[in-house]
Amino acid sequence: MVAAIEVHDLVKRYDDFEAVRGIDIEVRRGEVFGLLGPNGAGKTTTVEILEGYRERTSGEVSVLGYDPSLREIGLRRKIGIVLQSSGIYSHLTARETLRHWSSFYPSPRDVDEVLALMGLEEKADVLTRKLSGGQLRRLDFALALIGDPELIFLDEPTTGFDPQARHAAWQTVRSLRELGKTILLTTHYLDEAQALADRVAIVKDGRILAIGPPRELGVGSAHYRVIFRDASGELVERETDDPTSLLHELTSEALARGERLEELSVGRPTLEDLYLELTADEQSGDAQSNDAQDAPISRSTADV
Amino acid sequence: MSDALILTWRQYRLERRMFWRNPSAAFFNFLLPLLFLGFFGAILHGNRHDIETIVPGIAGMAVMSTTFSALAYNIVFLRERGVLKRVRGTPLPTTSYFGGVAANAVTNTAFQIAIIVIAGKLLFGLGWPSDLVELVVFVVIGVVCFASLGVAFAHVIPNFESTAAYVNAVFLPVIFISGVFYDVKHVPAFLRDIAEALPLKHLIDGLSGAMVKGTGISSHLDALAVIGLWSVFGLYFAIRGFSWEQGRE
Repeated sequence: MVAAIEVHDLVKRYDDFEAVRGIDIEVRRGEVFGLLGPNGAGKTTTVEILEGYRERTSGEVSVLGYDPSLREIGLRRKIGIVLQSSGIYSHLTARETLRHWSSFYPSPRDVDEVLALMGLEEKADVLTRKLSGGQLRRLDFALALIGDPELIFLDEPTTGFDPQARHAAWQTVRSLRELGKTILLTTHYLDEAQALADRVAIVKDGRILAIGPPRELGVGSAHYRVIFRDASGELVERETDDPTSLLHELTSEALARGERLEELSVGRPTLEDLYLELTADEQSGDAQSNDAQDAPISRSTADV
Repeated sequence: MSDALILTWRQYRLERRMFWRNPSAAFFNFLLPLLFLGFFGAILHGNRHDIETIVPGIAGMAVMSTTFSALAYNIVFLRERGVLKRVRGTPLPTTSYFGGVAANAVTNTAFQIAIIVIAGKLLFGLGWPSDLVELVVFVVIGVVCFASLGVAFAHVIPNFESTAAYVNAVFLPVIFISGVFYDVKHVPAFLRDIAEALPLKHLIDGLSGAMVKGTGISSHLDALAVIGLWSVFGLYFAIRGFSWEQGRE
């Protein structure tokens, strides 16, 4: 089957800076694909080119077989978009808004069904200006779903959410996946990419540093980092796949010697570590530097 | 094609519903012209000439406020809130969206003109419009002109907070120099020259011909030409300069 999204050597240049510098992505049908990267990495620019909001400078882009820059109605009937932030008519209720939106599509989903799916039944007849932030976000999802799209774009769907609302949103994304939808998700949260995405592309400065399933990229991988200060006051960093036995070993030795393991901590790699590592890989590859062991996690899966 | 028409109709119905749920919009559209008429009617009581000046003047102002001001406000608001961007991501055709929005503005204009005509008759004893065709022609071209200028002007306004300042910086001087509240004869010559170059004075001339004087369209062809030129200018910039979202690019 043809991929849902194909992007080859995508470049987007603004007057004085290059937001996207040659990106290649292939999103398969039915998968949740994550674009993971810090703010300003070029994620939103990339997604907005795929959605048809922006023109690309160069490169090839195909979304469900369409060129999104042509802005054909046929494509917009098959996609659903949840923007990072977008307003809604404040003098309408959620139900009225959904009913209006549903008239744009050839075979929309049932309004009540979508309201129920998003947990908005009780607020269906309240004016949207009286809804909470979380409820408005669910309405965003509902509006993206009402046309029964094949492909859904979620741009930073949980930024600014409290943990509870985040997990609710994650449940929603998982239920969309179960419906067989293809989802392109952008996020700057490592755990979100890990929790939701089948595959992840890590983006920084307009380039893709790595693509693969989150586990293989070290995104929340089995690597743990144990840090402590030894008897001489030196900060020691150890890496392991099995923190339980390492801790057992370290603590029993320390107890036997009557030492305290000051500042003992067990950490998992953060997105920042991952960037450092991925860029360190590049540098060591380029310059043959000898500091590969300084990389927080040793790994050999950066090749795409 | 019929799809696009149905969607235009649905967008129009939605705009009407939202209009009635927004009390301040309803106030500005229906009470303000009546207040103006009542107020000036009381001041000018008994002076036939002044009444005959002010009724078409307020009708012209109503066309401008229901189209130019209302659309500039709405578009800047919807753009800043991200509603326009959201709409652009759906299959709703652009023509259907703007068709619905424009039809909503036309409805408001028609209501206001009707209110002003009826109030002119009941409060001040003016006759019914002497030339209905001319009235319709001028209202329609006035709407096209000021609606497109309003959409084009929205492009210049940087954010919603400054909308009132921008809109009134245009609206207030224009209504004062264009003879809404008094005969243009009393305006200093250099301001009159400016008013001659702008569309509102010509719209009021045409409306005055239709509502009071009954001189016929043929005596106001130059007025139509000026409004027509401004419409071309407005439509060009409304379409070319339109931005669906705030800032960036």
